[in-house]
This record gives sequence, structure tokens and C-alpha cells, in this order.
Amino acid sequence: MDAMFALTVGVLVAAAAWLLLARDLLRGLLGFVLLGTGANLTIFAAGRTGTMVPPLVPPGAEALAADAANALPQALVLTAIVIGFGLAAFALVLVMRAHAAFGTVSAEEMDEAERPDDAAAPAPAPAAAVAGRKEAA
Amino acid sequence: MRQALLVAPILIPLAACAITAMLWQRPAAQRRVGLAAAVAMLLATLALLAEVIGGGMVVGQMGNWPAPFGISLVVDHLSAAMLVITGVMGLAVAIYAMGEGAEERDRAGFQPLFHALLMGVAGAFSTGDLFNLYVWFEVMLIASFGLLVLDRTREQLDGGIRYVMLNLVGTTFFLLAVGLVYGLTGTLNLADLARVAPTVENQGALAAAGMLLLIAFGAKAAVFPLFNWLPASYHTASMPVAAIFAALLTKVGVYAIIRVFTLVYAHDHALFGPVLGIVAMATMVVGVLGAAAHYDIRRILSFHIISQIGYMLVGVALMTPLAIAGSVLYVIHHIVVKANLFLVAGAVRRRGGSFALRRLGGLWLAAPLLGIGFLIPAMSLAGIPPLSGFWGKLVVIRAGLEAEAYVLAGVALAVGLLTLYSMVKIWNEAFWKAAPEALPAAPWTRAERFATFAPIVLLCGVTLTIGFWTEPFAAFSLDAAEVLLDREGYIAAVLGTPPAQLAEVAR
Amino acid sequence: MDASLILRVSAPLLLWVPMAVSAYLLVRGHNEPGGGFVGGLVASAGLVFYAISRGQGAALRAMRLPPASWCGIGLLLGLGSGLLAWIDPSAGYLTHRWWFPDIGFKLPIGTALVFDIGVYLTVIGTITAMVFALLGEEAA
Repeated sequence: MDAMFALTVGVLVAAAAWLLLARDLLRGLLGFVLLGTGANLTIFAAGRTGTMVPPLVPPGAEALAADAANALPQALVLTAIVIGFGLAAFALVLVMRAHAAFGTVSAEEMDEAERPDDAAAPAPAPAAAVAGRKEAA
Repeated sequence: MRQALLVAPILIPLAACAITAMLWQRPAAQRRVGLAAAVAMLLATLALLAEVIGGGMVVGQMGNWPAPFGISLVVDHLSAAMLVITGVMGLAVAIYAMGEGAEERDRAGFQPLFHALLMGVAGAFSTGDLFNLYVWFEVMLIASFGLLVLDRTREQLDGGIRYVMLNLVGTTFFLLAVGLVYGLTGTLNLADLARVAPTVENQGALAAAGMLLLIAFGAKAAVFPLFNWLPASYHTASMPVAAIFAALLTKVGVYAIIRVFTLVYAHDHALFGPVLGIVAMATMVVGVLGAAAHYDIRRILSFHIISQIGYMLVGVALMTPLAIAGSVLYVIHHIVVKANLFLVAGAVRRRGGSFALRRLGGLWLAAPLLGIGFLIPAMSLAGIPPLSGFWGKLVVIRAGLEAEAYVLAGVALAVGLLTLYSMVKIWNEAFWKAAPEALPAAPWTRAERFATFAPIVLLCGVTLTIGFWTEPFAAFSLDAAEVLLDREGYIAAVLGTPPAQLAEVAR
Repeated sequence: MDASLILRVSAPLLLWVPMAVSAYLLVRGHNEPGGGFVGGLVASAGLVFYAISRGQGAALRAMRLPPASWCGIGLLLGLGSGLLAWIDPSAGYLTHRWWFPDIGFKLPIGTALVFDIGVYLTVIGTITAMVFALLGEEAA
């Protein structure tokens, strides 16, 4: 069982690394999601696998059954999933906005932040900010 | 009372975040709530600091779950000092953010995000649990994402994507490391980890998890070679945001490194010490060289954040009481100075019309107060006596010499000189030389002028206080270092007398 | 939005179905699967459906307050549920308190319910804010 988990995590992380190396931001984002899944599975496997006994104290008993599942990693993974979901959703919104503003999702072709201040239009002036927002919309 | 003080630095920003979010359509009311909350947070953190100095470490178990099972909040000297600095920065930036462009910023949601960021930072400084630290990191991260792209300009979107992508990967590494550590030790409470870690059989795997943690925290702290996101994104943020980022975000990473590697991985110092030392040196050099190459105030300052991070890591690299005290003093001094420089940069942009040094000039004649406001933090950053940076560098370098790490001390000295070069460059170009183009006339209204200069003067005051009245700060740093190195004390304070089979039960 | 006529007409009616289900899930969460998080997800799915069929402006009007405000209210409720525990000095922060008023049957009311409602509202606020951002900035 543990070997299966290890193998799955390995494949997920490898796939994630491959995707993260791409210049395409959407691929990078998918890579992050896969990496997060790999991390979550790691935590889950760390808390002992292979038991089907729920971590509930049966009526009348004082303690958990000896081979009950470990509830803590499940709570951790749940938290991590929710956080990862939020981060991925935010990153997706950002990529979409960037796509609207730049017309591309290739990291290579976005170089606005790298331009020296002299060359760029007076960037943080309010008028430019409003124009930028309109473009983004 | 101690318990109430312990959670106050987290709850006050949480309440502020909730209330300002509720007042979404009323920016003026948001600003008032935000300012009140910032004041309340500063007072609460000061009270907490007094409590820690008077009565030692403050420990609380959330929900009354006993230590290794529930979430512990632990505030020792270092945490309390960081919390107070967070409070000071929160107040300074809250005032500054009432100045130029406040209306637009607040319509875009600056206030709720700002307080969410403060909450994340305060939580990260207070927690005594590795997974909880991860959660606070994420709170901070999500808030910082929102803040970074607040104006939604093309430049910000581009910088934001660089920041987001690299930080996402960094935090996922943190999560992976948490999984590995939990699998190896069966606990995530830092005190319990410190107790169990030396007895773990598979030390190799534990060290691997430690390396993952170092990568995750290092990415957060922008150390070599994981710093690329910082100069690619910070200069795009609006100035209050850049100031609070520069002050707090990277320092949370530094704090996490100090906390975890003095507590949990202290037994493995033979492995991590040299790694951290090399990383510290490379970070100093790369940062300062990057700054020397640039002619935009924001970029110069961004690169200097990186170079200064190196000094803060010296303490953990050497692990002597003096070195750690130096790190603590350096972090405190640096947060104040660096945030102040960013605030000044915002004012320079407003007064001189640009961030680009080539287009600036003549500001010393036009705005002498601004000039003084720049000189004090800039000279302090470079380490000119008797300002605060001098003492920070002095302690760090002396600790390096005492520990016979001559290369490290030498690099630290040389980097100080190059820092001076960058600061003098800004001074000569922006303030001293004749203005190449006409300065904008009357840039501030009276209220904006106050909001811009009050925090600059306040932070200059803090810098001067640390500089001229160093004794209590140095003594405090030494105390903090002593507490950090006293692992048994920490374990006992958090766990009480640990039951014999805790590890087995948790497993 | 050029959704079909049938969809546009039926959307206000259909909005009530997920809302009712979400409320049921929210209350049920005490002892059975469900709770504020799931309930909030269902409710925001309903609102998102409404936004797709009738346009974002209509969905925002149906929500009365902007998503961020709902988020804030939810956070305050969550915070308040923890602070209630301080009325009883023996309990620490975040310890849940329970009351069982007897009105024919024991009504399980406690701070956990307040907290759950807080989660519910926060989730609705967050998810709708995110999805509306994804749908694009339409005049609200």
C-alpha cells in the first residue's frame, strides 16, 4: 500500500515538475495543482495507511480501536486542499486577467515588469493605471 | 489576561479585516476602522512584549487541547519583538496609505487585504505548530497576491504572475516537508518536534525534510538562489504595499528559518550550519551587486532587501548566542529602515515625478525634510555609526570573527561598503544633482502631506532611538538569543512535563 | 448575456432550490455529513448559475450586499462564536459552548452553529467573488 502511495506521489511530482517548466502559464498552474495533490497524498500516507476502521470511539468504549485510522492527516489534508483550491482559483483569475491584458499566456512574452523605468510609459501615474484597468477588463 | 494578549495580535487584524470587508462600499469608513485597528494592534503587541519581558514566554493552547495534540500559540522574546515591529509597521503604513491615491486603493479593497496580511504575519510569528505555520503562510500569501495586483496595471499583472507562480511552488514544498516530518516523527508541534527529532532513527530522511523546509522558507525570505521573484515583482506594487511587503514578508521567512533551525534542527547543525553560511554569503553579494547595477529607486531598494537577508541568516549559520543576538537586532533594525526607505521612495516619486534616478534631481533644495528622511534610513542601512544599522552589523561581524568565520565576516564588511555606494548613488542622483526637468509644483494637499511625512518621521525616530540608545535593544537581543538557544526551556514551557509515550499515542 | 429565454425566466425560481438545499446542509452538519462549507458551496453554485443565466449585475442585486461584505459578516460571526467562550472564564478561546433549550425536543444550539453560519457566509462571499471575477468584469 505504502509503495503504491510512494509511486503515485512520485509520478505526480514528476508530472508537476514537467508542467511547471513550461512557459505556458496555464500549464504551470496545472503543474502547481498536481504538485499540491502530491503533497497532500504525502501527508495522507504519512499518517499510516491500510486500515478501514473509522477513527470513532464506539458506544460504550473508552478509547479508539487499536487499528483505527489516523484522523489528523485527514484534517490536515482537508485544510491543505481548501487552501490549494483558493490559491489555484486566484492564480487562474490572475492568468485570465493577464491574458486579457497581454493577449498571451506565455511567460516569455510578458516583459512589462522587466522594462527599465525610462523606457516604459510613466507607469504608476493614475491615468495609466485607469487605462491599464480598462485594458484588463 | 496573558491568554487574551496572546491572541490579540491575531484577532484585532481579523476583526479589522472582517469589518472593513463589510464596509466594502464605504472607503472612508474603512480607513477609519483600519487606522483604529492598527493603533489597537500596536498597543496590544506592546503589552504582550512587556508581559514577555516581565514574565517569560507566553504559551496558550487553543481550544484547551493539551499541547502536542492541539494548536499551541507560543510567544517568546523573538516572537514578541517581531509582533511589536509588525504593529509599528502596520500603523506607519496605515497612516501612509491615507495619503496619495487612498480613495482608489480603498475602492479596490486595500484595507481588508492589508489587515488580512497583518493577521497572517502575526499568526506566523505566534504559532508553535508547523502545520499552523503553513496555514498562516497561506493567509499571508493570498492577501499579498491581492495587494500586489491592486491597481491591475499591465506591469502589476506581469509582476504579480512571477510572484504568484514562484511562491505557489515554494509553499507546496513546505506542505511536502510537513508531510515528511509528520511521517517521521508523528507530531507537528514545534516543541514536541524538538523533543523527538534527535531520537528519530532515519536522520537522513529528516534532514531531507529539513532541506525542503529550508527551500520553502528560503523562497519566502528571498535568499540565494531563490530570490528571483522579489526584484521581478516588488517594484510594481503601489508604494504602501511595497513598503509593508519589504518590511514583513521576507522577514517571516527569516523568522521561520530562525525558529525551525534553532529549535527542531539544532541537533543537525553540522549539516545545516555550513549550508546556511554559504547561502547567507551568496545572498549578501548577489543582492548588493544587483542593486549596484540598477538606476530605479524601487529596484535598488528591492535588491537591497535580498542582500540584507544574508546578514540575518548569519545568526543561524553560526548558532552562537552573539550571532543570533546579532540576527535579532538586525531584523528589528532592518524592518524599520527598509520600510521607511520605500515610503521615502513613494514620496520622491510624488515630489520628483519619477522613480528613475536619471530623471530625478534637485530634491534636496525642493524638499529638505524628504532629504533628511532619506539620509537617516539610508545611512543606517549602510551601517554608518551611530545609526541602528551600525550596531546590527557590528554585532553580526563580531560574532563572525569570534566564531572564526573570517570569510563570512569579510563578506559582510565588503557588502556594507557596496550598500553605501548604492545609497550614495540615490542621494547624488535624486537629491544632490540639479533637476534635469522641472519638478511638479505643489504635489501634496495638507492632509496628504501629513499622511506621507508622519510615518517617515516616526520610523526615523525609531531608527535614531535604536542608534543612540542601543543598550536596551542589544540586551534584549541577547536575552532573545538565550531564549532561542534554550531548547529545553521552550519544550518544557509548551509541553509541561511531557507524558512518556506521547509520540506513540500520536503515531 | 444571451442565455435562452427559458433559462432566464426559470432562473429566479431555480435559485431557491440550491438555497434551500444549502440551508438544509448547513443545519444538518451537526451530526451528519454537511455543514457550513458544503452548504456555502452549494449556495454559491446556485448564485453562479443565476449569474450565468441572468447576468452578473442581477446576481449581485440578488445578493443585496457585495460578496466581500458577506465574507466580512461571516468572519465576524466566526470570530464572535469564539469570543462567546470567554463569557465562561474556565474555557479557553475557541472552546464551543452549548445550550439545549427544551421546546418539546432538545434544540441543539451552540456556538458551533454560529461558527458554521459564519463559514457558510464566508464561503459564499469568497466563491462568488472569485467566479464573478472569472466571468469577467461586467457593469455591476
